[in-house]
Amino acid sequence: MYSEKVMEHFNNPRNVGVIENADGVGEVGNPVCGDVMKITIKVDGTDHIQDVKFQTLGCGAAIATSSIVTEMARGMTVQDAAKISKQQVADELGGLPPAKMHCSVLATDGLKVAVDDYLVKHGREPIAGPIKSSDPHFDPHAEEDEEHTHEEACDL
Amino acid sequence: MMNGMDRTFYMDYAATTPVDPRVTEAMLPYLTEHFGNPNSLYTLGRDGYRALEAARERMASGIGAQPTEFVFTGCGTESDNEAVVCISQMVAERKNRRHLMVSAFEHHAVLHPAEWLAKNGFELTVLKPRKDGIIHAEDLQAVLREDTALVSVMAANNEIGTIQPLKDLADATHAVGAYFHTDAVQALGKIPFDVADLGVDAASFSAHKIYGPKGVGGLYLKKGTPFRPLLMGGGQEMKRRSGTQNVAGAVAFAKALELMLDEQDQEAVRLSALRDRIVDGVLNGIVNTRLNGGPPKLPGYANLIMLGCEGEAMLLQLDNKGIAVSTGSACSSGSLEPSHVLLSIGCPAEEAHGSLRVTLGRFTTDEDVDYFLEVLPPIVARLRSMNPLYERMYGAVK
Repeated sequence: MYSEKVMEHFNNPRNVGVIENADGVGEVGNPVCGDVMKITIKVDGTDHIQDVKFQTLGCGAAIATSSIVTEMARGMTVQDAAKISKQQVADELGGLPPAKMHCSVLATDGLKVAVDDYLVKHGREPIAGPIKSSDPHFDPHAEEDEEHTHEEACDL
Repeated sequence: MMNGMDRTFYMDYAATTPVDPRVTEAMLPYLTEHFGNPNSLYTLGRDGYRALEAARERMASGIGAQPTEFVFTGCGTESDNEAVVCISQMVAERKNRRHLMVSAFEHHAVLHPAEWLAKNGFELTVLKPRKDGIIHAEDLQAVLREDTALVSVMAANNEIGTIQPLKDLADATHAVGAYFHTDAVQALGKIPFDVADLGVDAASFSAHKIYGPKGVGGLYLKKGTPFRPLLMGGGQEMKRRSGTQNVAGAVAFAKALELMLDEQDQEAVRLSALRDRIVDGVLNGIVNTRLNGGPPKLPGYANLIMLGCEGEAMLLQLDNKGIAVSTGSACSSGSLEPSHVLLSIGCPAEEAHGSLRVTLGRFTTDEDVDYFLEVLPPIVARLRSMNPLYERMYGAVK
């Protein structure tokens, strides 16, 4: 079951789209697993995120986590944005079902990849470094399998 | 009718059905005034017993069986479990046969007990259907063995609706001396189903798929089929299924089947036409869509793929408009894999995530279909416009 806030963000997602000539682009996930997320950011001269947009292929939770992470990141420095954790995203949405936690990983990973893309383009050191979910062969459920077995995921 | 929020447009009849008011009316007296235990000897008990046995006779005649061959159970899953486990174990004991064959797109109520047996002394072969969603008899023949104990293939698939050639499959099974069970939960009442014509040894049924209540199932066991009961106790149901019988449920199930059979021919025509309108409307009205499985298919069943959309997101958006359907997407069920049925017919995972199962039934109207075909295209277009890969994979969103 989804929280009201998850449903609200799913039904009215914020910041959908692509920023033209973005300063940073992050694309994570894999259509075989059913989730793909693309985040584009516009950054000002003081490393603050001026604008952020997303596109997501995925379930209700994938769309809601993408939407909320763009709201959280707007106005932050890129350094702070790269630190947003999956738990913060889930908490901000009033919680996520255990089987959907990987969706918040995807959202924070997308943002991290976009921030690193921005930093590397400007000849600076990346913060997060290589992100597993930006590999086209990444399976977002692999960690999930360890954290939540099938049975636990069904525990309502 | 003006907007979806005023009512539910229920299009998930393969999941469950509302109880038909005529069924409720038939069962109610057995919850109230005729509440007796059918195993009690006084008048109240004998009333219950008579109603139960009359229901059994009607169920049996509805499937071409003898009353002594029909057992009432608690649900379709129980029937499937008992058929797979209780027949196989007895055949193994009596005939030293320890090989099982089930199709890859069985319901989990068959797959999981078969896998359990495979960990407990049996060898299991899981046979994939072909791309058409059918288990072909020659494919079955190729995997049957002289030590095969039981073959289980569903009568019609619950996700794609494809109807299996049961008579050919049962004949092939009997040719090696094995027993044949079919999960007929989806097929019962919707297409002709006669155990004698088909030659099956066991078949599972459920009341709530045919406008009866939840919590009532049935198991056909052909006379002479080896079977060791799972539930032990008072020896009810001819010693095959102990437990005080659900008299009201049995009466309801018999009434529900009677109505299905009375209306079968006209409903098959009506629901096939409504289903064809859905299929044609989607395939012609929305680009990059596909239909899964069949023919032959159950009337009213359509499994469609909207490429570049995720099923759960579509399901939730349709729910916002009052439409209830289901999907084979991984995200819909809390499971991590898309539908095992769609994967078994060779549907790639990235497409299975975009599947919608639409199943129509007794209370579906032309207006419901119109409404669905009006509401779906903008939902698909919106989700595709949010998909970062859509243009790259399929071209511009229209």
